[in-house]
Amino acid sequence: MNGKKQGYYLSLCACVCVCVEPNATIGEIKSMFHKSQGKSLKDEDVLQHLPVGTTATFYFRDLGAQISWVTVFLTEYTGPLVIYLMFYFRVPFIYAPKYDFTTSKHWVVHLACMCHSFHYVKRLLETLFVHRFSHGTMPLRNIFKNCTYYWGFAAWMAYYINHPLYTPPIYGEQQIRLALILFLFCQIGNFSIHIALRNLRPPGSKTRKIPYPTKNPFTWIFLLVSCPNYTYELGSWLGFTLMTQCLPVAFFTVVGFVQMTVWAKGKHRSYLKEFRDYPPLRSPILPFVL
Amino acid sequence: MSAAAPGTSKTGHSDVVQKKKKGPGALATAYLVIYNVVMTAGWLVIAVGLVRAYLARGSYHGLYYSIEKPLKFFQTGALLEILHCAVGIVPSSVVLTGFQVMSRVFLTWAVTHSVREVQSEDSVLLFVTAWTVTEIIRYSFYTFSLLNHLPYLIKWARYTFFFALYPMGVTGELLTIYAALPFVQKTGLYSITLPNKYNFSFDYYTFLILTMISYIPLPPEKRTNALWKEQRKACRHSEYPSQR
Repeated sequence: MNGKKQGYYLSLCACVCVCVEPNATIGEIKSMFHKSQGKSLKDEDVLQHLPVGTTATFYFRDLGAQISWVTVFLTEYTGPLVIYLMFYFRVPFIYAPKYDFTTSKHWVVHLACMCHSFHYVKRLLETLFVHRFSHGTMPLRNIFKNCTYYWGFAAWMAYYINHPLYTPPIYGEQQIRLALILFLFCQIGNFSIHIALRNLRPPGSKTRKIPYPTKNPFTWIFLLVSCPNYTYELGSWLGFTLMTQCLPVAFFTVVGFVQMTVWAKGKHRSYLKEFRDYPPLRSPILPFVL
Repeated sequence: MSAAAPGTSKTGHSDVVQKKKKGPGALATAYLVIYNVVMTAGWLVIAVGLVRAYLARGSYHGLYYSIEKPLKFFQTGALLEILHCAVGIVPSSVVLTGFQVMSRVFLTWAVTHSVREVQSEDSVLLFVTAWTVTEIIRYSFYTFSLLNHLPYLIKWARYTFFFALYPMGVTGELLTIYAALPFVQKTGLYSITLPNKYNFSFDYYTFLILTMISYIPLPPEKRTNALWKEQRKACRHSEYPSQR
């Protein structure tokens, strides 16, 4: 990069150049290659604005085989949609042959199928049209892990809900109605949060801002919670558990809640780190509690 | 779930430049020494019990009954080891330790204790003997390590006997589970059937078969890998070998 303009000399050809002492061992050099030098740079950063002198030293990290977030989401969400329907329609080899292609006599089973399917269709549409992802990709092995989780639990839940010997909720219509209201309320809430988060970010950008309540009442929960999308998600699954009165659904809700709490705490911590003026009243996922 | 965790992967952390691990404090060390001594003694009691019962009866048959109580007590006591890892006074993985201890406790209570008919099987003696020898060596290994005075004989015994004791134990365990199957199926032990108000079912018979299958690919990797890792660590940090 010679010429009239003052340029930077970058040592970036086929090799990576690193500053080492003469008495460094090969092992130490290898570990420097893998060492995290603090936070990664962003794709959008401009060389001129980085805190370097006339010589810049870049550390590279091999992330391993990657797959796009969109691909993973579409795959992991399509599975439960299809699998549940297979159990709902009592496809052969699941239940005893005399039940093949029959339908349940309980109307709550039909309702549950509609809710479950609606939930995953919503997620697929959000993946395609709503979410703005910070990272383009994730490690390839995640798709196997995630699909096993979603698909496995979907099959387990669907097996019992659509079983010929399914027992409807004890408190009957009252219980189902309450559960449905909770479920729908939280679906709308979750969607509202996703829209609000999307609107924080101009198209194609990866900026991060503090989310605030908007005119939509479903977003007023931002006053008390950092990650209300997870709060609403928990509520949806509690509703579905109540609606179906099915223990595997309860297990799925608990496991999901644990995972979302871990994510919410992490997100909350990074909000606090990044923004000095972050509202102190907020909890990660459950108002005042967690 | 609506959103997932950050997408960057973790690179495998290099073993080359590693901070020296701090050992447990003095109080924790004292507690661990006592724990390991007690466990060594306990399994010695079981060993002696087996020998005496054999000499008294003159046959291998039904020796389980003579050591049933100490076996249950000391094997169940090993659950504390999970706590040791969780609290951090022992630098082993909680998950790995949990897996190993739970599989032992499962066999002791959910199979041998629960299905009376298998208690007189010879396969029970097979795994009890394997466990007894393994544990005596293992707990004395830890005791001596904690006191920084590990006789080479014990270290050698630990890594050598494993190759005989592990297959012996696995065989005994698998045969015992296999022997329990018909009784579990007949009585519906620990099983829940539909219909019920929780819309849940569990077939213990199928669960036992799956357990038997899980012995095949998983445990050898975990066990041999764990021991080889410990061996490498023991060579590099000879003043503080890996603990349980």
